[in-house]
Amino acid sequence: MSARLRWRKFVSNFMLTMTGVCAVVSVAILFLILGYLVVNGGKSINWAFFTQLPKPVGEVGGGMANAIVGSAKLLLVASLIGVPVGFLGGVYLAEFSGAKVASVVRYAADLLNGVPSIVIGIFAYSMAVLPFKQFSTLAGSFALGLMMIPITLRSTEEFLGAVPRMLREGAMALGASKWKTISTVIVPAAYRGILTAILLALARVAGETAPLLFTALGNRYWSPGWGQPTASLPVMIYNYALSPYEDWHRQAWAAGLVLLGLILIINILARTILSRGIAVPRG
Amino acid sequence: MRRTALMLAAGLVLGVLCFAQNGLLINGAGASFPYPIYSKWFDMYHQKNASINFNYQSVGSGAGIRQVTEGTVDFGASDGPMTDEQIKAYQDKRGSEILHFPTVLGAVVPTYNVPGVSGALNFTPEALAGIYLGKITKWNDPAIAGANAGVKLPAQDIVVVHRSDGSGTTYIWTDYLSKVSDEWKSKVSKSTAVNWPVGLGGKGNEGVAGLVKQTPDAIGYVELIYAVQNNIPYGTVKNSSGNLVKADLASVTAAAAGAAKDMPADFRVSITNAPGKTAYPISSFTWLLIPSKIQDAGKRDAIKGFLKWMLTDGQSSTEQLSYAKLPKEVVEKELKAINKVQ
Amino acid sequence: MGSRSFLSKLREGDEIARLITFLFAASVVLITVLLVYELWINSVLPRHKFGLHFFVTQVWDPVVDQYGALPFVYGTLVTSAIALLLAVPLGIGASIFLAELAPPRISDTLQFFIDLLAAVPSVIYGVLGVFIVVPLMRTVIYPALNKPFGYLPIFKGPSYGVGFLTAGIVLAIMVIPYIISVSREVLLSVPRDQREAALALGSTRWESTWKVVVPFARTGIMGSIFLALARALGETMAVTMVIGNTPQIKASLFAAGDSIASVIASQFTEATGDLYLQALIELGLVLFLLTFILNGLARLLIVVTTQKGSGKGNQ
Repeated sequence: MSARLRWRKFVSNFMLTMTGVCAVVSVAILFLILGYLVVNGGKSINWAFFTQLPKPVGEVGGGMANAIVGSAKLLLVASLIGVPVGFLGGVYLAEFSGAKVASVVRYAADLLNGVPSIVIGIFAYSMAVLPFKQFSTLAGSFALGLMMIPITLRSTEEFLGAVPRMLREGAMALGASKWKTISTVIVPAAYRGILTAILLALARVAGETAPLLFTALGNRYWSPGWGQPTASLPVMIYNYALSPYEDWHRQAWAAGLVLLGLILIINILARTILSRGIAVPRG
Repeated sequence: MRRTALMLAAGLVLGVLCFAQNGLLINGAGASFPYPIYSKWFDMYHQKNASINFNYQSVGSGAGIRQVTEGTVDFGASDGPMTDEQIKAYQDKRGSEILHFPTVLGAVVPTYNVPGVSGALNFTPEALAGIYLGKITKWNDPAIAGANAGVKLPAQDIVVVHRSDGSGTTYIWTDYLSKVSDEWKSKVSKSTAVNWPVGLGGKGNEGVAGLVKQTPDAIGYVELIYAVQNNIPYGTVKNSSGNLVKADLASVTAAAAGAAKDMPADFRVSITNAPGKTAYPISSFTWLLIPSKIQDAGKRDAIKGFLKWMLTDGQSSTEQLSYAKLPKEVVEKELKAINKVQ
Repeated sequence: MGSRSFLSKLREGDEIARLITFLFAASVVLITVLLVYELWINSVLPRHKFGLHFFVTQVWDPVVDQYGALPFVYGTLVTSAIALLLAVPLGIGASIFLAELAPPRISDTLQFFIDLLAAVPSVIYGVLGVFIVVPLMRTVIYPALNKPFGYLPIFKGPSYGVGFLTAGIVLAIMVIPYIISVSREVLLSVPRDQREAALALGSTRWESTWKVVVPFARTGIMGSIFLALARALGETMAVTMVIGNTPQIKASLFAAGDSIASVIASQFTEATGDLYLQALIELGLVLFLLTFILNGLARLLIVVTTQKGSGKGNQ
């Protein structure tokens, strides 16, 4: 073997090993993050965290019960806004629309998807807070729901489109109308992918903080109904982490662990559902 | 079908949960300066009146002024009294008046994290202005060392910390600096948000205290209780009579003595650099911003009830959190002014 | 289409279904148009007052109502540049490993974990930034860079823990997953015969990868970088917690600064005065335009590459 060839082989092995190092480092970062949260958050999680309201400033103890419920309420209404619009819009694109209209809608959805969340917050403030003179759960949900729309819409279109022609044509041959075909054959065939998309969209907005700053504000207590400001996990984490109180730092870690745990569980669930289902194009 | 039923049931449970908390919710936002005492007060008031919840968000005086003007909160709070322009903006937008109600007296202290220094450093007005103008850059500068004989100050760069958000505490601090430094007055002036010559920004009193605590060689300005609660050392300041005064109940009360007698009808007054041998020079009132017209009768009565309680029973809880009580004359004037809230 | 067949279609709900789904699809377009419109009309005051000067003015002074975007544009660009400088080599290296070397199952598993990294919310990155990266910066990174290289303008001056470099590091961690997953996709779409031809001609594994496969996928990889950049530009929470919140333009990476998203988050709810508020909204508009252009370019580049790979394009 010539020296040159030996050198090239050495370079090859070295560089390829380096790429392996890069991959390992990237994945290691994830585990480091998780590790930190588990270690610091784990020792702060107690029953009080889940059941109690925050205590007055400077006093030790209390919990984030209202923030947990607040986040749940925000996500619930966000889904009620984002999912129907995304899903039905996707149905239109996949089943009814012509090419031109479809490309316009797709373009708009991609645009909306790329809007930074702080700008969504500005928009939601002028649409959902100012006209009603009220910070509210609804306004926060409006902002989060907007962010769910593009993901849901594009995924619905994609998964519906991937349903095999045979199923479609079979149904129509049996005399079913288009609408009946969609609702009883096509959607059920694609439901796994669509469900996955909804879960991923939910996981994405669950951690959003910036839009909530201008819409849901915050609440020391429970938020009655849907028209009042509400506490939420991400905003609490933000406020507590920046404070000088040790006890608040402790609670911020705990909240971070809970929030990340929730998001990761939803993500893993979504991807497992997808991989177990019928073969569909990669997202 | 079963899945739908399950989801409906879950929604019902959630819905019940949400509506289960009855009672009145009153939303306020504003200054972080009085946040510790407000949060204590609202908690105490809630213990006495279980059906009334005052939700106060510490987002900075600037936000308090803005949001009460927009009408998105029921009341605001600020340590910088609203300017004539801001009051006019309120009148134009809301069609009624905005009322200032002083609640407590507090102090803004220079707090620092100098390795090796655990006691109280002495600061002259020139030193503070120089540091915040960026002209005094090292801890062992003669302007600082001169007032601190016997203290070993390191030759390190000073890390200046200020507020990143619109802040009444900033208003008090810059108001003081404008009075003691002509250069500051012309270059930066006083406001809730200024163009800082140097320094890092922290969000809220909490953020500044947090940054100072974690950053060696830092100096910041915070309300007294934030330094106390977090065990961060704070210094004395030389007042207009030439005495080095540490912020405490007595010195803050002394600062308000003159203003108490001459309190204007709208309660907007500045007591920084006040005359008096024992007066602490960076003291201030802090105000609740209450709309003169409140449509919801329940909210109106709750707010008026709270104001009355705050001015009488509430005043006895201020001192344990290092805020000074309002002078008697001011309390009397305010109790009469509550009737302006319709 | 006669009226009778229309009626029969109607009875079967097709037309209603079409109409309803159309309305929802149209609402997406409507919302997007409305969003851009709102940003535009709510930034009219500073646009009229400052015009294009807005982009070259350094001053941000609410006291005298003077607003300039330059410090924030600078901060946004610098932190994003640092993020890319750190994330691109790491990300591309990892994606090469995943696409070319790792057996499919390992590749998929690792990709799964990397996708999870992309799901971590910004505020949690912010918390980790505040409690881990900031002290690390002060105790390890700053001394390591400043002592030997402190004469360079970018490494000059004191460090506060927070600042451009800290924000850049946190952003780098946040955008690595995007670079990896997209680059891996485009690398996987490069046709086998390209690789095999190179190997048949006697190149080593690395040479065939670096000199043949990667250049083939070059445009798509560029696309992934643009995507990562778009994400970095719009990041709010993590940046605002570690950048120092000081609108200034400084050469040193250790200096504190501010970014567009960060200043909007800090000052929006309290901007007293309409010009102040609208100046912040104009910043939002600028950010929106930047990310819009980048996202569009990214998508274009990625589509072009994957089409090329599957033989649909020419060349």
